[in-house]
Amino acid sequence: MGGSAIVDLWEGLRHAFWLIVTFDAELADIALRSLRVTLTALVIACLIALPLAALLAVRRFRWRRATIAVLNALMGLPPVVVGLIVYIFLSRSGPFGALGLLFTPTAMIIAQVIIIVPLIASIAHQSLRELWAEYHDLLISLNVTQMQKVRTLLWDARRALLTAALAGFGRGIGEVGAIMIVGGNIDNATRVLTTAIALETGKGEFALALALGFVLIALALGVNLLIHWVGQTERDSRW
Amino acid sequence: MVSDLFPLTLKGAETSRRGKRLVGPIDLSLDGQGLCVVMGPNGSGKTTLLRLMHGTARLTGGTVKWTCDTDTARHHQAFVFQQPVVLRRTVEENLAYPLQLRGVARKTARAAARDWSEKVGLEPHLQRRAMVLSGGEQQKLAIARALITDPTLVFLDEPTASLDGRAMREIEAILLQAKADGTRLILSTHDMGQARRIADEVVFMLGGKVHETGAAPQFFDAPQTPEARAFLQGDIVE
Repeated sequence: MGGSAIVDLWEGLRHAFWLIVTFDAELADIALRSLRVTLTALVIACLIALPLAALLAVRRFRWRRATIAVLNALMGLPPVVVGLIVYIFLSRSGPFGALGLLFTPTAMIIAQVIIIVPLIASIAHQSLRELWAEYHDLLISLNVTQMQKVRTLLWDARRALLTAALAGFGRGIGEVGAIMIVGGNIDNATRVLTTAIALETGKGEFALALALGFVLIALALGVNLLIHWVGQTERDSRW
Repeated sequence: MVSDLFPLTLKGAETSRRGKRLVGPIDLSLDGQGLCVVMGPNGSGKTTLLRLMHGTARLTGGTVKWTCDTDTARHHQAFVFQQPVVLRRTVEENLAYPLQLRGVARKTARAAARDWSEKVGLEPHLQRRAMVLSGGEQQKLAIARALITDPTLVFLDEPTASLDGRAMREIEAILLQAKADGTRLILSTHDMGQARRIADEVVFMLGGKVHETGAAPQFFDAPQTPEARAFLQGDIVE
C-alpha cells in the first residue's frame, strides 16, 4: 500500500514534469484559466477589501467593532456554502438568473471574491490599525481628510498589504468547493486546476491528479515569488 | 501674516475625560511673536494645553479663540510631538508630504524638501528611510516637516526630551532661526536650562492650571509665586 503511494507520487512528479516540458495544451489552458479566474478575483477583492480595511482603521462608527468581528468570522466562511448561495442567486430562477452567469468563469470569480474579501480585509485591517496608531497624532494634527488618511495608510502599508493579497491569492487558487458548484467543471470552459484534480482523483487517475497538483503548487509558488520580487519585499532598508 | 491668527485667547478652557478634569479652567492670552515656553513638572498639563490650543484635544468647557475661524487657524499651524512621528518613507518624501497634502506639485514639493533638508542638516540622508535615522535626526526631520509649509505658529511638545546635548543644541538653533524668520513658537519643556536659553515668555503650569505667566527674564529672576520659585530652585513641586 505504502509502496504504491510512493510509486503514485513518483509517477505524478514524472508526469507533471512531462506535461510541463511538452507544454501540454490542455494543461496550459487549465492553468491559465486558473490564473485568470483567481487573479481577476484577487484584483476585485483587493479593490473592495483594502479601502474597507483602511476605513475600519480610521473611522469610528457605532457598529465598527461588530463589523470587524463579523469580518474576522467570515474568514472561515465555508466555500461550499458560498458556492451554494452564489448558485442560488445565479440560477435561472434566482434574482440574477437573467444574466446567464452560472457555469461561467464570471460566476467562479464572484464566488472567489466573496470568499477572499473577508480574508484580505481582516489581514489588511490588522496592519493598517497598527500603522494608524503610529500615524494618528501626525495625521490628525495635519488636519487631513478621510480620503487622505486612507490613501496615506494604504500607500505606506503597501508591503504588508501585499502579504494580505498573497494570502487571498493562496486561498483563491486552491479553492475547489465553491467553483465546482458555480462553475460546473466544464471542459474547455470552467475547468481549473483544482476541479481537474478532483475530477481525475474521482476517476482513479492519481498520477495525473498529482501531476496537476504539482503544477498548482508550482504556479502558486511562482506567483508568490514574482509578487515578492516585483514588490521588492525583504530588501535592505525596506519594509 | 502673524496678526492673522493672534491674539489667541483661552477663556475658562478645560478638557475632561470620563468626568475627570485633565486641564483647566484656563484663562490665557498669547500674542503672535517670539518663543513661548510652557513649563511645569510632569503631569502638570503642558501637553494637553498645547493640544487644546492646537485643537486636537477635545474642549469640554470654555473657549479657545483665534482672530480668524478655527479651520483657517489650523491651516496655519503645525505640531511637533515628543516622540517624532515619521512616515514609513524616505526623508525627502516625509518632508514633501505636508506640501503634497496641500496640493503642491510633486516637483515643487521635492525641491522644497531638498531645501529644508539642507537647512536642518539632513541632506546626506535625503533618500534614506526616515525610520533608520537617529532620534535626534528624526526630530529634526519632524521639525523641518512642520516648518516646510511656512506656518504662522508651531507647537512643540518637549521636542528634545530624550535627546543628547548635541542634538538638543542643533534643534534649538533650528527653532531660533524659525523664530527669527517670524514663526511663532509655543514649546513645552521641563528642562529649565533650555527654557532659560530660548524662552521669550513663560507659561508655568501646575496641577492642570496656568499658575504664572510672564516675560522670561522676569519669570526666571523674580517669580511671583512660591511654587514657581520652588520649581526654579529644582524642588519637587506637585
